[in-house]
Amino acid sequence: MTLNRHLTGWLMALPLTAVLAVFLVLPIIMIVVVSFWGATEWSIYPAFQFDNYEFLLTSNVTYRVYFNTLKYAVITWAFTLIIGFTVAYFLAFHVRTLTWQIALFLLCTIPFWTSNIIRMISWIPFLGRNGLANSALMSWGVIDEPLDWLLFSDFSVILAFVHLYTLFMVVPIFNTMMRIDKSLIEAASDAGASAWQTLWHVIVPLTKPGIMIGTIFVVTLVMGDFITVRFMSGSQKANVGRLISNDIALLQYPSASATAVILLITVLMVIGLMLRFVDIRKEL
Amino acid sequence: MTTISKVRYSRRSLLKTGGAALAAAALPAPMVWGQETKNITLRQFGTGVSNLNEVANKVKEDLGFNLEMTALDSDSVTQRAATQPDSFDIADIEYWICKKVWPTGNLQAMDTSKIANYDKIVGIFRSGKLTPESVIAQGTAPHSVGFTDGPGGRSFADNESGWMTLIPTIYNADTLGIRPDLIGRPIRNWSELLNPEFKGKASILDISSIGIMDMAMVVESMGEYTYPDKGNMTKEEIDMTIGIFTEAKRAGQFRAFWKSFDESVNLMASGEVVIQSMWSPAITAVRSRGIPCVYQPLEEGYRSWGGGIGLSASLSGMELDAAYEYINWYLSGWVGGFLMRQGYYSAVPETSKNFMSENEWGYWFEGKPATDVITNPFGDPLAQAGEVRDGGSFYDRMGAVACWNAVMDENQYMVRKWNEFVAA
Repeated sequence: MTLNRHLTGWLMALPLTAVLAVFLVLPIIMIVVVSFWGATEWSIYPAFQFDNYEFLLTSNVTYRVYFNTLKYAVITWAFTLIIGFTVAYFLAFHVRTLTWQIALFLLCTIPFWTSNIIRMISWIPFLGRNGLANSALMSWGVIDEPLDWLLFSDFSVILAFVHLYTLFMVVPIFNTMMRIDKSLIEAASDAGASAWQTLWHVIVPLTKPGIMIGTIFVVTLVMGDFITVRFMSGSQKANVGRLISNDIALLQYPSASATAVILLITVLMVIGLMLRFVDIRKEL
Repeated sequence: MTTISKVRYSRRSLLKTGGAALAAAALPAPMVWGQETKNITLRQFGTGVSNLNEVANKVKEDLGFNLEMTALDSDSVTQRAATQPDSFDIADIEYWICKKVWPTGNLQAMDTSKIANYDKIVGIFRSGKLTPESVIAQGTAPHSVGFTDGPGGRSFADNESGWMTLIPTIYNADTLGIRPDLIGRPIRNWSELLNPEFKGKASILDISSIGIMDMAMVVESMGEYTYPDKGNMTKEEIDMTIGIFTEAKRAGQFRAFWKSFDESVNLMASGEVVIQSMWSPAITAVRSRGIPCVYQPLEEGYRSWGGGIGLSASLSGMELDAAYEYINWYLSGWVGGFLMRQGYYSAVPETSKNFMSENEWGYWFEGKPATDVITNPFGDPLAQAGEVRDGGSFYDRMGAVACWNAVMDENQYMVRKWNEFVAA
């Protein structure tokens, strides 16, 4: 009987295991293997050499690019967290009826009806030298010369990231906030806590799992991105994703694989670190 | 149409026609299929410049078979030609791409005796010389990678061997594009690209094999260095060239880099950029929006490029015959005229003349003042009566080519350095 139950358990886990093995584990193994291969201009050949890693790890451009990638991730995270938390807080605690909560929540998702790339590219004419933002600011007399740093700069890259990924913060935080027992807040208020004290000592600790899930979403999305950085910086800035995409475009698959392996390790380390702070499983 | 009816069986036609074809193959009787060409579809891919739906429509009209077009950027084209040989029948690629892709064996050599207008193809693609007196420019000149030894050849032949790697279709002399209204003074040299006057308003294209040649033109023009051969730099020369541009990039010289044709048009038309590397039809695209834009001839000469059609190695039988039919049609003038009216040149200019008005031929090819409004093939006006093409006649422009887009011996090193430049 127990054996049978074990068997059923294994069988039930089998489909997912198989899918993950074929579509996740196998490709990653392949990438690791290829990262040791060599490349000519038009082909790759099996080998076991450390050239790709050597070139990658000894170039100071690599470190600059990694720094840039982390910088984008941290700044984007900070902004999406502040905006996401505020929006979720408003929805969860200030909107009284469930109907309105759902309606307003759906409103947040409307921009997602169009593609990621279109939402991003639509910033370009807005922020350009002769774009809407600059001409508006000039007609108000705020500035005399158009601001060049609005477009094709770190500013525009981060703006696009925040715009694209804030919802990934809103959803999990809103979700955990909705599950907070309202009587806890009443209790805090009865015990004489101010609104800020309630927020900091009751709500924030209880929303930690949601914040962490949102953080993982945002950080992995930003660290793996290449297209936003390419378009919003006019190819002037780089992150690790762009290094990989450039390598692929130039048929340097082994070098791209090596970069991907290092990126994967970095992202896993970052997530591992974050999970040390909050045990998501326990909190859920 | 004659060649197609000599029925030979390719794997694909067998699959299509199934048992009937099998039976027919077993019985060596002469066969004529009336509707056969209608079922043929050739899949062509290439850069946006010549992958135009108008061409596909005209093929259907004139030759009866279908041509599927896919337009990609230069890097994707190289990637696809090198790694997915079964995904295309016809590769419309540039000669420098050919230098990379040909050794993979994904393309097959073409028999020049089957090309009706072969003798009329411009000298650049055969002997390498535009006129008998011409000096061959530096870089990957088309004739140097245009021929191979025989049907199975994997290397390049240094003479007109009768087997071509690519059939030349389109080419041009490139230079910098400028916004004269925003610059307000004459531009004469490549070095202006790095002039601090245009800080934050310059752009260069992010395609390494082309960009490095633009860089080399700039470096020579600045008087920093004279290359023994721009088209085949040493590692030190690559470091030096990219170093100069990395410094300029960090100083904020560039507004953006562009990779596709449309990006270059938008950068220029929006005024984000006032001077940049550019392609001829991008200039006409900016102009047709009513924005002044000049393809500025420069004292140091042009950076030139050429494209051609290559056939997939897996193409055989009726499809192969159709492909030859297509190539002969391509060189017979209609496409040439269509392309020349956008500012490119055709490999067989004299056949294109029949498909252009005297005014158009005079303006685009002979460098004469227009006698009437010049429009592009889509009807947008590009020049008024009395205007002259930037750079003048065909022989003035193609005769002033200083280098060709190139793939160097140190290409892999260059590519890595280029990647660093983009990331710097």
